[in-house]
Amino acid sequence: MSERAASKDPGSRASSAGTPPRVRAALAAVGIVLIALPWLIGAFGDAWVRALCFAALYVMLALGLNIVVGFAGLLDLGYIAFYAVGAYTYALLASPHLTEHFPALAHAFPHGLHVSIWITLPIGASLAAAFGILLGAPVLKLRGDYLAIVTLGFGEIIRIFLNNLNAPLNFTNGPSGITLIDQVRIDGLDFAHPSTIAGLQPSSLVLYYYLLVAMALLAMLVCIRLQNSRLGRAWMAIREDEVAARAMGINVRNVKLLAFSLGATFGGIAGGLFAAFQGFVSPESFSLMESIVVLSMIVLGGLGHVPGVVLGAVMLAMLPEVLRHTAVPLQTAVFGRVLIDSEVLRMLLYGLATVGVMLYRPRGLWPAPEHGTEGNNTPRGPGPASQVVPRHG
Amino acid sequence: MAECVLLAASVNKRFGGLQALADVEIRIDEGQIYGLIGPNGAGKTTFFNVLTGLVRPDTGTFELGGRPYRPIDPHRVAIAGIARTFQNIRLFPDMTALENVMVGRHARTHANALDAVLRTRRARVEERAIRARAHELLDEIGLSRYANQLARTLSYGDQRRLEVARALATEPRLLALDEPAAGMNATEKQALRALLDSIRTRGITILLIEHDVKLVMGLCDRVTVLDYGKVISVGTPADVQRDPAVIEAYLGIVHAEPAPRAQLQ
Repeated sequence: MSERAASKDPGSRASSAGTPPRVRAALAAVGIVLIALPWLIGAFGDAWVRALCFAALYVMLALGLNIVVGFAGLLDLGYIAFYAVGAYTYALLASPHLTEHFPALAHAFPHGLHVSIWITLPIGASLAAAFGILLGAPVLKLRGDYLAIVTLGFGEIIRIFLNNLNAPLNFTNGPSGITLIDQVRIDGLDFAHPSTIAGLQPSSLVLYYYLLVAMALLAMLVCIRLQNSRLGRAWMAIREDEVAARAMGINVRNVKLLAFSLGATFGGIAGGLFAAFQGFVSPESFSLMESIVVLSMIVLGGLGHVPGVVLGAVMLAMLPEVLRHTAVPLQTAVFGRVLIDSEVLRMLLYGLATVGVMLYRPRGLWPAPEHGTEGNNTPRGPGPASQVVPRHG
Repeated sequence: MAECVLLAASVNKRFGGLQALADVEIRIDEGQIYGLIGPNGAGKTTFFNVLTGLVRPDTGTFELGGRPYRPIDPHRVAIAGIARTFQNIRLFPDMTALENVMVGRHARTHANALDAVLRTRRARVEERAIRARAHELLDEIGLSRYANQLARTLSYGDQRRLEVARALATEPRLLALDEPAAGMNATEKQALRALLDSIRTRGITILLIEHDVKLVMGLCDRVTVLDYGKVISVGTPADVQRDPAVIEAYLGIVHAEPAPRAQLQ
């Protein structure tokens, strides 16, 4: 399923947007690279493929947060909470944890709770969306700093709940987290014991890579379609000027709640996939730092611009792996010992990159074009004020 | 007698100790260009904000096209059929001129999130119509060559015109313009005048707040003058201009031998 989706995706986007052949060729090339990548990079070790999987997860998260922050202009510092909701939903529904601690459940499911991913992911996504509305409703009138503080608090509340919901009834197993989470099974394709497909025998890791990349591409497609729609324009309008947006007939309350819940849905799906991929979740993975990292990704890449956001997410997600392979050998070669731990170096580089981008490219590394997003439908003349503007429709 | 488009009666609004609006009443007939004038602080913009739902009145009854409406939510007012512009331009600065007008179509279109994601037939058809209508409006207003430029890069006069195009995109019965000529030079004012005339011929009624008395007198069919939140005069521009109450409001107490017309201008 994953390969099918991965290879189909760029094609369907190209045809629906009426893209010129040059762009279509580029998309096809990207598709081929994405399919070949795990086999090429896998030669240097599984760690790289793992890093790519995490990059795909972060792309989903960054795209989801971009709906809230980039499109609708609502600063959200607690986004990782939705990732946590998705991850714990999957973990609880597809691990022995609940049946071990609740005898009544064990009676009902003597073989343990092993709910299929087709059910757990939608449940996780809907729960996350519900939490998105739960967060969105009280903060409708807040903007900027005030909104940031409330969302930050919300993120921490979720994490602290997960940390402490192990007594008197053990729901989340507290700080030790939930283990033995089922691997993904899709149509008899068991990710834990992959079989031979078309003469190739992909490892479990490679299968996850395809699944996650396919989902990330799907997320991109959804984001691009949302952005170029009536709803996308309404989000941008409230970002630009809420009063004027109201005067245009936009129901600001509904449109904001929709941004929160759709953004949260992306987080919930990414969370579920994360739980399956790791086989283990604990509250540690959902700290404030994670929210900030995802926010850095979209700010660094280009707030509100889908390709930029993807670029930012991939860059920052791959950075730790790159550092692991360069920082330590480099430091031993130069100084004879490791002066700065690669984790510390990572934070240092995040900080430097953020400051650098703010100074030299305040709109991000790959921002939206200055002349709007209508480019794919409107052939441009030589200048921005070209005299001929073709009509459409 | 022409059909009444907007009827507002006994509108009161108090901000703390200030009676911003006291029993204000207005009746605008179909096809009119209606002027609302008054000295600074007379309550013109407050009345505007009440009509469009931005400020909640203490009392008042409102009718739009013969049907009562309650101006409590700006977006409902827009859907009901009043579109407005703002005294200090409020465009969506980082969206293109075309996108600004396309947002104006929001009130009259229906595609939801699911339509957008699945790109359903209905959404595609609607999207094409939105785009075509937005291009048409830009054309009519004379801004089509800037369609793909960000709104904030347009000149001041063009931004004002774009705001009018965006308001027209909502298919209003009543177009409410808050000081559309503010800061315009003579040529731009001339163009604005032509624009308003052409909007009127399309059957859209216009309510105009304006400081430029010359423009109001030349353009409006009927004028209401506000002072300290009260209606002090209603009538044709010529009547209002001769009304001693109006002259007093603008110029202070007039003793002997006034030359109001020349001074008003």
